[in-house]
Amino acid sequence: MSAGNVALQTYRLNKHFGGIHATADVSISIARGARHALIGPNGAGKTTLINLLTGVLTPTSGRIELEGVDITRLPVHLRARRGLVRTFQINQLFAGLTPLQTIAIAVAERSGRGFGLWQPLDRDVGIHAESVALLQQFHLGDVLHEKTATLPYGKRRLLEIAIALAARPRVLLLDEPVAGVPDSDRHEILDTVARLPADVTILLIEHDMDLVFSFARRISVLVNGALFVEGATADIARDPRVRAVYLGEEVVHG
Amino acid sequence: MNEELPASVIPRVSHRAEWIVLALAVGSAFLLPRYYPVLNEMAIIALFAISLDLILGYAGIVSLGHAAFFGLGVYVAALFAKHVHGDPFIGLIVAAIATAALGLATAVLILRGTDLTRLMVTLGVALILLELANKLDWLTGGADGLQGVVMRPVLGLYAFDMAGRTAYWYSLSVLLSMLWLTRHLVASPFGMSLQAIRDNRLRAEAIGIPVNARLTAIYTISAAVAGVAGGLLAQTTGFASLDALDFQRSADILLVLVIGGTGYLFGGVIGAVIFTAMHHWLSALTPQYWQFWIGLMLVVIVVAGREQLTRAILFPFTWLLGALRGRTGSARDRSGTSR
Repeated sequence: MSAGNVALQTYRLNKHFGGIHATADVSISIARGARHALIGPNGAGKTTLINLLTGVLTPTSGRIELEGVDITRLPVHLRARRGLVRTFQINQLFAGLTPLQTIAIAVAERSGRGFGLWQPLDRDVGIHAESVALLQQFHLGDVLHEKTATLPYGKRRLLEIAIALAARPRVLLLDEPVAGVPDSDRHEILDTVARLPADVTILLIEHDMDLVFSFARRISVLVNGALFVEGATADIARDPRVRAVYLGEEVVHG
Repeated sequence: MNEELPASVIPRVSHRAEWIVLALAVGSAFLLPRYYPVLNEMAIIALFAISLDLILGYAGIVSLGHAAFFGLGVYVAALFAKHVHGDPFIGLIVAAIATAALGLATAVLILRGTDLTRLMVTLGVALILLELANKLDWLTGGADGLQGVVMRPVLGLYAFDMAGRTAYWYSLSVLLSMLWLTRHLVASPFGMSLQAIRDNRLRAEAIGIPVNARLTAIYTISAAVAGVAGGLLAQTTGFASLDALDFQRSADILLVLVIGGTGYLFGGVIGAVIFTAMHHWLSALTPQYWQFWIGLMLVVIVVAGREQLTRAILFPFTWLLGALRGRTGSARDRSGTSR
């Protein structure tokens, strides 16, 4: 894998919380356009790793590169502007705003118009059109002007994913995107993710093994903060060590 | 916390009601010449409340020391008029620049932390300024205040008169201009991003919003607007005194916003009218105990909610309207087209 084809890379990443070694020497390399999954039992350090990658946490030691650029010390919003975008396992929405306002804000930031002081955001025809189109794609076209706090959970979950896509990610980190989503809405999220351009890199953090095996081409398994094993999906599914620590026989054999 | 309705979701007056208030504000200049000083005070308090709403209602920054900016505006405008130049608009601009500088310098204190730490830090800054103004009596007049502020005519045309007519028109014009400017500001991408930060800072950062830069910017702007309000007070009363920096000022303006409602700017105007009117009316009735009634009103608003209160006050009118409509519209109702 040549350097130009690596979207996201970590070198011996460590994070200590007092005496707890939450992330231990993790070196991961994710190719451009990859459909990569990160799995591991509860407490394996998946969330810590995501927070290190997105800049919510600063690593104790190690390095993170986004498309060959060192971003280890970059604040969260500058990583987002470089195209490293995440969704949250627990919805993080703007409760007092509407879905249309929410998406419009994200689009305005992405297109560098976030510090506009005069022209009202809702009068920007370009931003409006793009926001409405994205919301309709997520079946949110009928609640454009509803207050987000009043939407049912399924709709809020769709909005959670839509915000990330409004930022036009180059690397998208999906943290359990369909957690708690009813089956009827699930395929909406998954289809939209599947339709993303092939050069968008996706890292999926997920508990649902059916989803992981159908989505990912490569899988990294995290155990006790360290990278336990990494490989092609078929190999991981067959790996007896992975079964032992994580999957359990009954899951693999369905 | 992020899945709940924020506390600032309150019933808002309609656009029509806003126009009525504005018409009353302009009309009262003709109809109530005896009350120019009170009307002028309302306009100034309204602008001060708007400045607080910019940070509290939009960016979610609580402050118990917003009088620091108001008071600095009072002293800068007074000193500038006394020692440098008496033109009111130049004085306002100087007051705005000075308070913006203080806002920019102290913004770093409110970038992080909980509501409680922000309350304490803003309170602390205001206390420091109050004590400085008290000690530097060679400059500020200390506890005696600063007298003899004489202004030139507004735009070189309208001299300030004893009745306060020019003063009210001047303050009202500045208030309406600032209301218009800030209305644009809060609807802009910048203003909307503040509301995103208010609702969920974590997500705001995750979509690329530079949270600290935005909070610093709005804190600076809010300080400048408060400074303009303070400048108006010094210029229209010809006086600067320590109570402009007092804790009571900060507490009162928070009260004004609670009465009028946060997060839509016009709440500051409504609150200022009610608060100032109650202040003057009640303190004429019961000079010792007027704060009792303000306090009672505050408790009722918070416990009962503004919506229920408004409905209760308007009940006789709505009932009367409904009764009248019921009589004339009863034939239509029976035919099954009732709305």
